[in-house]
Amino acid sequence: MFSSEVIQMLVRGIGETLYMTLASTLFGYLFGLPMGILLTISDKEGIKPNWALYKVLDVIANIVRSVPFLILLIVLIPFTRMIVGKSYGSTATIVPLVAAAVPYIARMVESSLREVDAGVIEAARSMGASTFTIVTKVLLVEARTSLIVGVTITLGTILGYSAMAGTVGGGGLGDIAIRYGYHRYEADIMAVTVVLLILLVQIFQTIGMKLSVHLDKRK
Amino acid sequence: MAQIEVRHLTKIFTSKDAKVDALKDISLEIEQGDIYGIIGMSGAGKSTLVRCLNYLEKPTKGEVLVDGKELGAMSEKELLKQRKDIAMIFQHFNLLMQKNVVDNVSFPLLIQGVKKKEARRKAKELLGIVGLEEKEQSYPAQLSGGQKQRVAIARALASDPRILLCDEATSALDPQTTASILDLLKDINQRFGITIVIITHQMSVIRKICSRVAIMAQGEIKEHGLVEEIFSHPKTREARELILKDSDGEHGDTAGRTQDRLMEAKKIRIVFSENSSFEPVIANMVLKTGRPVNILRADTKNVGGIAKGEMILGLPDDEKLQKEIEDYITERGLEIEEVTGDV
Ligand SMILES: Nc1ncnc2c1ncn2[C@@H]1O[C@H](COP(=O)(O)OP(=O)(O)OP(=O)(O)O)[C@@H](O)[C@H]1O
Ligand SMILES: [Mg+2]
Repeated sequence: MFSSEVIQMLVRGIGETLYMTLASTLFGYLFGLPMGILLTISDKEGIKPNWALYKVLDVIANIVRSVPFLILLIVLIPFTRMIVGKSYGSTATIVPLVAAAVPYIARMVESSLREVDAGVIEAARSMGASTFTIVTKVLLVEARTSLIVGVTITLGTILGYSAMAGTVGGGGLGDIAIRYGYHRYEADIMAVTVVLLILLVQIFQTIGMKLSVHLDKRK
Repeated sequence: MAQIEVRHLTKIFTSKDAKVDALKDISLEIEQGDIYGIIGMSGAGKSTLVRCLNYLEKPTKGEVLVDGKELGAMSEKELLKQRKDIAMIFQHFNLLMQKNVVDNVSFPLLIQGVKKKEARRKAKELLGIVGLEEKEQSYPAQLSGGQKQRVAIARALASDPRILLCDEATSALDPQTTASILDLLKDINQRFGITIVIITHQMSVIRKICSRVAIMAQGEIKEHGLVEEIFSHPKTREARELILKDSDGEHGDTAGRTQDRLMEAKKIRIVFSENSSFEPVIANMVLKTGRPVNILRADTKNVGGIAKGEMILGLPDDEKLQKEIEDYITERGLEIEEVTGDV
């Protein structure tokens, strides 16, 4: 149906999309997880309340999250250039993707950790557990299924963002969809890329849900 | 010197729109090896008080001394270490839901930096003490309430505490399970000499295992002393109310019952066989014990001066009295058996 060049291009597109999504999620969690943890514990109901810290993180998260992704991508061009050396292509797209993902992930982590039963935290405190121990041995462990669901949702969201970034030269399936479908009216290629994007989201979703159910010992 | 000494403890919660005096100038002494009950209605400040005993809650004013050391004067680090000596169990068990039983019990040891293997060995030993060795691989969600509380008790014992604080530890359990958990606590108290502080709103719990009791209301200790003394001579209205509420039963449908209506906590069947001599056993017993019983069913015949048949009695909710009544009946050569359910 398609020429081998097109197929090759689609395969490369999948590879780029996966690369951008996975790398951005990974780096996103590198910063977003600690940020979410800090938000949770510094909250006034948290285990180490710190109003100033909470407020600063809270405001940062809200600001970044309310900037539309395309604007963020453009605003960050100088910064991206500084880090990656260029402002287009898959690797360069990871920078704005991470920037958008971090506050998103932080909120996701925060809401997962908040679900942990206050009684269990109290029990750990009564045993003389330090804040660090409570985070690593109670919060992250008890919330793990919810955290994995969060990762799953994040992957889907970042995949969508990466497709959006593709439209302005970021590479990946989004790039292909725009170039062929929009500029050249090759609707069949565009349809295939969209189907591929849907499939990728489905796969992430299925794996993530299976894993989280498997790890849940609450029933 | 008392093991736990509370001096003029005050706790005020201030929020945006309200100020709650949860504890008002509480002073209290708890001796080493005692089982000390703290009872009061909901909102009396019991949880707040017990949480001040290990400084999970910082008092607004006053001092808490454990083995003569003032908790308020300790650094954060010293406090974390001190908590190893003061274990706690809770109404809702508060187990790690994603960890199995043996890992839950090992948890306090791991916090203290004990090696994993050693922690597990000790955890298994403790599970033996609470009678749950065959459940070590189960997850809390697979256990009954009573079993979860046993796991929590094993976990509390893991750090070899000298004090065990129990905040409504049996309030989520049915009467039978409550009794078995209380037996376990008593056993632990005797075996290891651990001081136990029991918070409850059920007088029956106090009566079953405590030697001393403090009665709390509105953030104050209204009365405290030996359990028998408080039971026989309650001085304050609060104490009388709690004792009355108790004999009115923890049986749910108290609405509509008058307080002097007899509550039967236990039902027994008396079998009158051929050889029981005829005498008005029940009437005499009531005269002797001074407490009425309910005759729920009677099916007896007087056959030539010998009573034959059976009778079902409802006994008052007081174990001592129940025992007295039962002893009286068996001494007269009658057989009794406990019956449950409707008669
Ligand atoms: N963190 C808090 N902030 C504000 N008020 C509180 C807080 N904790 C407790 N209180 C208030 O302090 C009072 C005593 O509460 P506490 O939990 O000690 O009662 P309790 O005797 O344990 O009651 P219960 O039997 O319902 O557990 C209550 O009026 C409660 O609303
Ligand atoms: Mg309470």
